[in-house]
Amino acid sequence: MNIKDILITGKANLQAYCDTLLELAADDPNIIAVTSDSRESGKLTPFADKYPNQIVEVGIAEQNLVGVSAGLASTGKKVFTTSPGCFLATRSLEQVKNDVAYSDYPVNLIGISAGVSYGALGSTHHSLHDVAALRAINNMTIVVPADNFETKEAIKAAAVSPKPFYIKIGKKNMPHLHAENETFIIGKASTILEGADVAFIACGETVYPTVEAAQLLNKEGISARVISMHTIKPLDADVIIKAAKECKAFISVEEHSINGGLGEACASVILEAGLSVPFKRMGIPDEETVAGSQTEILEHYGISASGLSDEAKRLIKQLKHLTNEKYELK
Amino acid sequence: MGKYSNEELQQKSVKYRLAMLKYIKMAKAGHTGGDLSSTDILNVLYNDVLNVSPANFGDPNRDRYIQSKGHAVEALYVVLADQGFYPETDLETMCKYKSPYVGHPTRKVNGIEFNTGGLGHGLSICAGLALAAKKDKAPYRVFTLIGDGELAEGSNWEAGMMASHYELDNLVAVLDHNTLQITGKNADVCNPHPIDEKWKAFGWQVVTVNGHNIAELREILNNTPIEKGKPTFVIANTIKGKGVSFMEGEKKWHHGVPTDEEYETAIKELESELI
Repeated sequence: MNIKDILITGKANLQAYCDTLLELAADDPNIIAVTSDSRESGKLTPFADKYPNQIVEVGIAEQNLVGVSAGLASTGKKVFTTSPGCFLATRSLEQVKNDVAYSDYPVNLIGISAGVSYGALGSTHHSLHDVAALRAINNMTIVVPADNFETKEAIKAAAVSPKPFYIKIGKKNMPHLHAENETFIIGKASTILEGADVAFIACGETVYPTVEAAQLLNKEGISARVISMHTIKPLDADVIIKAAKECKAFISVEEHSINGGLGEACASVILEAGLSVPFKRMGIPDEETVAGSQTEILEHYGISASGLSDEAKRLIKQLKHLTNEKYELK
Repeated sequence: MGKYSNEELQQKSVKYRLAMLKYIKMAKAGHTGGDLSSTDILNVLYNDVLNVSPANFGDPNRDRYIQSKGHAVEALYVVLADQGFYPETDLETMCKYKSPYVGHPTRKVNGIEFNTGGLGHGLSICAGLALAAKKDKAPYRVFTLIGDGELAEGSNWEAGMMASHYELDNLVAVLDHNTLQITGKNADVCNPHPIDEKWKAFGWQVVTVNGHNIAELREILNNTPIEKGKPTFVIANTIKGKGVSFMEGEKKWHHGVPTDEEYETAIKELESELI
């Protein structure tokens, strides 16, 4: 995909999820949405109106939400449990672990308004720990889609999978990063831009600012590879190893704590492959998160076009220092 | 009247208790007190109430049993073996390296629907199952066994509120009310009483039975819902360690494993009840 093609704005991934669920339910009475007083924030009201027998409301009770979902899934229902990521992933963590993952029933946990989507509402409503918590649970597939296409494809894949999923989505309108006819495979990363000087391995709503950073870097003659690592688990190790070998610097980008998320997952792959590359985790550091909107918070922590391009240039300089060689940018 | 007389079921309970003590002794592990208190309930459920067998375990219309108090798994293992889900001798591997028969239920064991053991999970799962049955207009009923110490888990009350909201009268929760938990009496640890009034207030039909009286258990568990539109909460008054006099009502037998001498004494006492 060319950078110039990327600037067509789509809808929110949350909306893409709900539209996909409506499409799936049209042919499948076994599709069930389960909500915890979250149908409006989940944009599921049209679904509830059209398929009233296919939505289950449990009230504000996330433990019960997930337990009930597991019970429903065990009978063959295709369950989409929809609740803000901040509550869904960890308020009900033991139910996710035992009733869903360990019992091996294919509940699809849809963490909405995830990351810092709820920005100004404060840390109670941020989910910067969900991926870390769920990565440690066996039998969970974790997907953080970047755009409407990845969201739609992830939901379609989850609907037919016999395994549990956690899909983390935000509510900001997202640019299209893929053509509609592209291939999407769970566990296989998508290359958004080719490049060899710096590799950005990003996920979710942070992929787009990474593309913007690549544009800035391009103007300075630095080529940036942008990978959408939409599946955090199972992780596409091949793409990570290839990037670490081929690029001069490696930057992970995520709307998540730098502890336990995509960045640490990438670092493990790189180290276990015996590789070394100037490396930086871009995410939310281990501190009380700054107040602000989603965009302000991300910018504050360097997840913006300028922040990411500056980080790339710093790492490339670091490489020159480490190797003591004159490194010529193309 | 089902397949067995009350006397035959009583004899089965004695045999179950003998078997579970045998395998607990072999494994050097087990939740002996709760196994013994829940034996008669499991006996009646599997031999007289549930439409569940090895032959129909794949049938979507089978009844469902989810053991919320997963720690009483030795009782469940012995009863499932007796139903023909696997040979009882499999239990010689219980709690051993690579055995599927671990200390809480898992689906690796034939006949088990859900992996339980974390407390306060069963009722939510059952509410989901019961709701699925209602949506599909399926005939099956859903049963869970809850421990009384477990009532402190808030998730039970979340599920309780929801089950009555959805009028899940195909759902039955049986409380193994042996009054003791690991630290001591429920009432001293964190008082759950009045249990009956709480569940009534949550919209359930509540009934109290002697959890060791086979006839009473059969009568109640075969006749739910008691009131159309309401889930049923059966408070089964039981004795922790039931059937072995020196274990009865003693909290130390929560997960106590008998010494050789205690084991011999317990076996003799139970065997004396065999006809």
